[in-house]
Amino acid sequence: MELTTWLNELLSDNLIFTPQTLGYYWEGLVTTTQLVFLSLLAGLVLAVPLAIGRSSGKRWISLPIYAYTYVFRGTPLLIQLYIIYYGVVFFDGIQETFLWPMLREAFYPALIAFTLNTAAYTTEIFRGAIKATPRGEIEAARAYGMSQALMMRRIILPSAFRRALPAYGNEVIFMLHASAIASVVTLMDLTGAARFVYARFYAPFEAFLFVAVIYLCLTFAILYLFRYLEKRLLAHLKPA
Amino acid sequence: MKKLLTISLLGAAMVAGTAQARDYDHVRFGVDVPYEPMEYRTPEGELTGFDIDLGNALCAEMGVTCEWIEQEWDGIIPGLLARNYDAIMSSMSINDERRQTVLFSDSYITIPGAWFAPAGSSLEEISEESLAGKSIGVQRGTTYDNYATDAYGSLATINRYSTADDMVLDLEAQRLDIVFLEFVVGQSTLLDNDDGDYRVVGEMVTEPEEYFGEGFGIAFRQRDTALAERFNEALATLKEDGTYDEIFQRYFGDE
Repeated sequence: MELTTWLNELLSDNLIFTPQTLGYYWEGLVTTTQLVFLSLLAGLVLAVPLAIGRSSGKRWISLPIYAYTYVFRGTPLLIQLYIIYYGVVFFDGIQETFLWPMLREAFYPALIAFTLNTAAYTTEIFRGAIKATPRGEIEAARAYGMSQALMMRRIILPSAFRRALPAYGNEVIFMLHASAIASVVTLMDLTGAARFVYARFYAPFEAFLFVAVIYLCLTFAILYLFRYLEKRLLAHLKPA
Repeated sequence: MKKLLTISLLGAAMVAGTAQARDYDHVRFGVDVPYEPMEYRTPEGELTGFDIDLGNALCAEMGVTCEWIEQEWDGIIPGLLARNYDAIMSSMSINDERRQTVLFSDSYITIPGAWFAPAGSSLEEISEESLAGKSIGVQRGTTYDNYATDAYGSLATINRYSTADDMVLDLEAQRLDIVFLEFVVGQSTLLDNDDGDYRVVGEMVTEPEEYFGEGFGIAFRQRDTALAERFNEALATLKEDGTYDEIFQRYFGDE
């Protein structure tokens, strides 16, 4: 109760940031966070096996994965989103299948597009880290008689993840910013809320500056998290 | 020095101009073409549209001749003030900001908004009960967005699109139950292009005024009050004798 009176007083002398528009921004924050978090999580889960496959010596495994990452890294995310959102409806009878309740909403097509996109980038980040495993570690593991799977699990992946961490932190921030295009398929994400407020009040500066500050705060939180992780996981690389 | 002289001469001319209004027997209209169906050219190049037909009918009623002069939108009010033409009849919405520079006739049309749904939709009328839980499509930032958001935003989902085409695509895909847009745009994209797949639900919407404005008016120079008055009288006559309805039906008829 006190909070609402305080908020109403705070907002009493401006026309744009009413409790209603702040509600839109809040809704946008929730949508953006959900979308980015879920797509990063799913992308990460997909990327680990894909990265292992991508660095495999067998071409029938690595080539299809290369084709996938090439396509998704080689085309703009906006185009991928359009194709997935508007493209699915051109399959006849899609409205009658069990998938439709999900595809009908803008959220799931956007989630699918973002997941596939971030999975492609993350795959390449991990592949690079796997490839960069020092020869000596692999030879040592072989000398111990480790199988390929055991060596992957105990030696290559743990050190590859650490090496990939800074690049992956970048990918997380890119993903947050890339999610700004979700509003083109009617999702009310942070940018969608800003565009709504802009169009409603013809106030580009207020609407977009406010949302930029929210993005900055989110980015700051991500940076802090990764700095903490790097400190913990890459401690052995710091000069003594 | 020369420049100064020109400016003062111009100023003197303008003062003289404001001092006396003249009687018109020939009226020149400024118009921005094309804006279907208000003003556009037929494939043969002939200027036509609701504004043109109504404007010609008004002139005929007043017993004056008239002429149409094409002018791009951003220069249309300056052109009027510079006496390139005597009136603007080009789908111009009446508002207070423009009132400061020009004089408006009575509103001659308010472009209605309308609700469109697939022909097979169960929606029969527009009310809070019938729209509850439905997804409504609008173009972002339009009058129709503002109205739908304020009237139904709390009980239905409002999906906002950048273009009418995207919106129509999602209506076709059954992502939307109903869309709300300018009647004319809906008519050309939904009613004319398809074989009876869509229909209008409920009444045309032109109220409340705070959303839909005061309608379109003919703009004059501030001093031409007599001319504006003659146009208002002619408009009232045309509305009475059925000529107005006939022209309206020509461009906004239901089928």
